[in-house]
Amino acid sequence: MTDNPYNFAYLDEQTKRMIRRAILKAVAIPGYQVPFASREMPMPYGWGTGGVQVTAAILGPKDVLKVIDQGADDTTNAVSIRAFFAKTAGVQTTTATAEATIIQTRHRIPEAPLGEDQVLVYQVPIPEPLRFLEPRETETRTMHALSEYGLMHVKLYEDIARFGHIATSYAYPVEVAGRYVMDPSPIPKFDNPKMDDCPALQLFGAGREKRIYAIPPHTRVVSLDFDDHPFERNRFSQPCALCGAGDSYLDEVVTDDRGGRLFVCSDTDYCEGRREAGHRGHQPGGPERKEAAE
Amino acid sequence: MTAPDALLEARGLAKSYGGRMACAGVSLAIREGEVLAVVGESGSGKSTLLNMLAGRLAPDAGEVHYRMRDGVMRDMARLSEAERRVLMRTDWGFVHQDAAQGLRMNVSAGGNIGERLMAIGGRHYGDIRAKAATWLTRVEIGVDRIDDKPTAYSGGMRQRLQIARNLVTSPRLVFMDEPTGGLDVSVQARLLDLIRGLSADLGLAVILVTHDLAVARLLSHRILVMKGGAVIETGLTDRVLDDPQAPYTQLLVSSVLAA
Amino acid sequence: MSDHRDMAALRVEGLGKRFTLHLHGGAQLPVVTGVSFSVAAGECVVLGGPSGAGKSSILKMIYGNYLAGEGSVIVRHEGRMVDIAQAEPHLVLEIRRRTMGYVSQFLRVIPRVPAIDIVAEPALAAGLDRDAARARARELLTRLNLPERLWQLPPATFSGGEQQRVNIARGFAGDHDILILDEPTASLDAANRQAVIGLIGARKARGAAFVGIFHDEEVRDQAADRIIDVTAFAPRAAA
Repeated sequence: MTDNPYNFAYLDEQTKRMIRRAILKAVAIPGYQVPFASREMPMPYGWGTGGVQVTAAILGPKDVLKVIDQGADDTTNAVSIRAFFAKTAGVQTTTATAEATIIQTRHRIPEAPLGEDQVLVYQVPIPEPLRFLEPRETETRTMHALSEYGLMHVKLYEDIARFGHIATSYAYPVEVAGRYVMDPSPIPKFDNPKMDDCPALQLFGAGREKRIYAIPPHTRVVSLDFDDHPFERNRFSQPCALCGAGDSYLDEVVTDDRGGRLFVCSDTDYCEGRREAGHRGHQPGGPERKEAAE
Repeated sequence: MTAPDALLEARGLAKSYGGRMACAGVSLAIREGEVLAVVGESGSGKSTLLNMLAGRLAPDAGEVHYRMRDGVMRDMARLSEAERRVLMRTDWGFVHQDAAQGLRMNVSAGGNIGERLMAIGGRHYGDIRAKAATWLTRVEIGVDRIDDKPTAYSGGMRQRLQIARNLVTSPRLVFMDEPTGGLDVSVQARLLDLIRGLSADLGLAVILVTHDLAVARLLSHRILVMKGGAVIETGLTDRVLDDPQAPYTQLLVSSVLAA
Repeated sequence: MSDHRDMAALRVEGLGKRFTLHLHGGAQLPVVTGVSFSVAAGECVVLGGPSGAGKSSILKMIYGNYLAGEGSVIVRHEGRMVDIAQAEPHLVLEIRRRTMGYVSQFLRVIPRVPAIDIVAEPALAAGLDRDAARARARELLTRLNLPERLWQLPPATFSGGEQQRVNIARGFAGDHDILILDEPTASLDAANRQAVIGLIGARKARGAAFVGIFHDEEVRDQAADRIIDVTAFAPRAAA
């Protein structure tokens, strides 16, 4: 590491300590948004500056890092962040969920179950779930302090009134450990049940908003709903075209300019793993995902 | 002052802004089911008084006590923030002159009415919606407007929606700050009639701030006349308006065109 | 508070009134002084005297509408004697609801409320249920010859006489033991004046006490058991 001009994982040690203190507090108060002195990072806001700072603060030399964006390891954002830590910390990186000790994610939770020795770091754009209906931060903080979460249900009420069902399909609010209501970041609500009783530590970093929050391992996470409109995980009408998985979250991929489309696993590692294991979908050869993404 | 059957009682409420005394030691009590009108010109301190009574403004001096639903008289200043907020969205209501202050303008009428129910733990969409519909009907808004946002409502409808939003938890005390101000005369009459009917039917105590003596006469049992932050005269509404004693009250009453 | 066993429903003692006109240099306008009389249950006392003698002011002080400058107005309210001049506003309102009604010269129109409900309101306030209150309102409006087609309409557009009949019906709809009548028949025709006299007689028979002003001599003589000349209470010319 002598030839590395950066401090380990880019941030100076004081900053990392400050962030760790925020993380510890966040773990101690599940779902509570802890303010922290978010630093300028060598990337624009919206590209995961919160997640990157959390990862930098918890990263050790022996960690194995995986970074996904919308479930994929190979998008610009994921590739850049992986390269960033490979360069500034010299850590080993991977695309295999099972091999990673730290997984930084934008908008997904991997399909493969996570374990106790893993940490999931979410990139968060807007940490405040109440903001849509109550723009005053002074008021939303009081509402959290007093567990006044009726407004969250107003949002769901509006959904049902307008669409006949709870149409919120991502960033679906959850109650953590029976106390704080939390925005799980824009993951699809399909992933919400994975947060409940998850063995892995889940950390959430919002760089622009300067907030860190956490779900400790094996914490009760409940998606808000109504008695007569219970929370439902979205289902897909067909399995993955490539690997045939019927239990994963699918992305729609446009294959040509004549309306052709495919539904394939959003979690590329999961899809590849299944195909390596011999699973096939109805269009196993299907266009290369990279091409489609371009 | 001893008021064994007071619902709310204030003693020596004072507030000054800079050197100017907005409210100079006002004491009053209101009983359950009583409608009290606070009248006076702008700058008389009536809105300052209302906001202090309603716990929206901390007084420089004085106390406000309220008889909670368990019958115990509590000093509002000693209530925890949580208790105070629960009180304000269950047993109290506040109707603003500007409906935009009292409504969530980007939430449907049903959501606006349902908010208090959800805030106290309502988790059955169908029940919440049914109650919202009932209240829309009670304030004479068509149930077919339940999913419209207040931005699509007229001024009079917004005020009626604001009232429904407040009354859905069956409060015992409602504060009203010029509820008919800024509305057309015909719309005013309808709203006044509605407030009059609801407060009588529900046995609501109302503390109503208005500069309009006709509104006070129609709605209130008792009147409190304010000037320069002080109470000039108080008494039965028709007594104060028909036989005003204080010079200022006589001026106020004589300045009104008889309708 | 006096507690001796007189059968008076209402007793006025040393009542006096003077207006202070603050907007006119604090000019004093003495109206009456030393007004004392009592009204027994089942009796109708009529105040007589020329206009300006203070008859209406006396009625308004009895009702609590005017502040009594001096003296007291003792009313038998649910078995106890209460001084209106000293009573708290809520008690005055309670007395008006239960014990003492007032029929003024004019109906104070409440917007949008149908005539029948305006009449039924005091009956509701007295504790009748909705149907019984409306039945009583219908009976009164019938006796006062108000055409049935008007019952469901707000009286704002009615003629003066029609409005006044609504007003009288409303005044008689409660279960008041004391009724104050402030020239209720002024705008009525002969037939309706007789209807009012009939109502007064019926209520007297049930023990109601009346204090009233009637300009029409015929009505006054038929209704009154006793006439009190209020010129006797004129303030001595102080000026």
